[in-house]
Amino acid sequence: MNKLTNFLSPFIALLVIFCIWEYLVYILSVPLYILPAPSDILLSLIANFHELILATLNTLKITFLAFLIATFIAIFLAILFSLSKILEISLYPITVIFQVTPVVAIAPLILIWVGLDNAQIAILILSVIVAFFPVLANTNLGFRSVDQNLKELFIINKASKWETLTKLNLPFATPFILTGMKTSIGLALIGAVVAEFVAGTGTSTGLSWIIIESGNRLDISKLFSALILLVFLGVFLFLLMSALEYNVLKKWHQSAKDD
Amino acid sequence: MLNFSGIHKKFDKEILSNINLNVREGEFLSILGPSGSGKSTILRLASKILEPSKGKVEYKKSKSPVIGFVFQEPTLMPWRNVLNNVLLPLELNEDINKSSIDTAKEWLKNVGLSGKENSFPNELSGGQKMRVSIARALVQGCDLLLLDEPFAALDEITRNKLENDLLSIWEKERFTVLFVTHSVSEAIYLSERIIVLSNNPGQIIYEENIDYSGSRKEFQESNQYQEINNHIFKRLEEGMENE
Repeated sequence: MNKLTNFLSPFIALLVIFCIWEYLVYILSVPLYILPAPSDILLSLIANFHELILATLNTLKITFLAFLIATFIAIFLAILFSLSKILEISLYPITVIFQVTPVVAIAPLILIWVGLDNAQIAILILSVIVAFFPVLANTNLGFRSVDQNLKELFIINKASKWETLTKLNLPFATPFILTGMKTSIGLALIGAVVAEFVAGTGTSTGLSWIIIESGNRLDISKLFSALILLVFLGVFLFLLMSALEYNVLKKWHQSAKDD
Repeated sequence: MLNFSGIHKKFDKEILSNINLNVREGEFLSILGPSGSGKSTILRLASKILEPSKGKVEYKKSKSPVIGFVFQEPTLMPWRNVLNNVLLPLELNEDINKSSIDTAKEWLKNVGLSGKENSFPNELSGGQKMRVSIARALVQGCDLLLLDEPFAALDEITRNKLENDLLSIWEKERFTVLFVTHSVSEAIYLSERIIVLSNNPGQIIYEENIDYSGSRKEFQESNQYQEINNHIFKRLEEGMENE
């Protein structure tokens, strides 16, 4: 198969699914409030375009901010862990507690702590909690995987801790960090959506709120429109991270050379 | 140059026992021994990466000589190009300036890699990677070069070429070399002196000075070379009897 076929195949598959969906809804006369046809969803998307785009941008803003904060905290913690075994032993289990606790379970607590008027901050915090662990775990693994001979080379050359961190550990762990970030950005989106479901929206509306509101009004076409934008957002963020990963690693790492 | 006196090294079990060895300035000394006899541990003690459990490792001429280390694998940093890999020791010990870049380029020329400065390690062959590793070890103008089976993973022709290149650099620069190998013939071809270790624990059981007249090539084809080879081989077999 050539590159064009590879690229087009998923779009053609989706188009076929939409056609079958459209046909079945028409043939079986499925009511609009149960399952709208793709054409109804498209019309709803056009009709509510302005509101939906604002909501998408709002969700994107929260997701991206949460992702950046989570990445910064995770790499900072991993660096601390690599410098001090006692810190790692003391703090790593606490980070695992954050990871295994369902975000919906702690959302009310966070909302109370930051104040009911600050729902956006609560969503941000919850999204950060969901997103930071993959980066931490992968960066930690990257630091632990540093080639023993390279470590010895740095010792022989009397490298300082700072030099070892910046010239060896961080570059060596880069592929691991990027893998963590790729997982993390998806989780940040999931975190932002779930948190908005639980915490509400505050002053600005995200895609979750549109989904809840449309569901309550049985405006399933609009609900699907929001859902589709959410999917596009997730795919866009994943592709963004994949592009970043490819560009950072393409010159030297095997993973960027496959296919 | 370097003196090991009464060295013992213990990890879970005793690896080295009572190693007494005087490495002379500018000498090319090879260490032979079965797997697990502590050959690599001697290099790590020489570079002070490891401390002995008992005994002393002392540098004679300078308190902190410049040490170059070549590992069994090229151990290059894949995210750096060839020039920046070679520059690493200079970068860690001084500020990089034009003169250090020129020095690194000069060493790349010495190991036959001119024009490869901007290549990344994944674009090089195994032999070329090892040449970069050797250039990196020598770029600071090292006093003591430690080589841990550097040519073990290379094909015969590349290995032979690199051995000759290493010899010509050593003959020119005359730094001290500690060379660990499994190959008896390689040790005889390269060295001025060979020590053989036994295992469980590693002890020096034999020492041979390699004296010959004429060229190395002639020596390699001589009966004397064969005799030394056979003799050392027997000693190695004796050393392995502890296994």
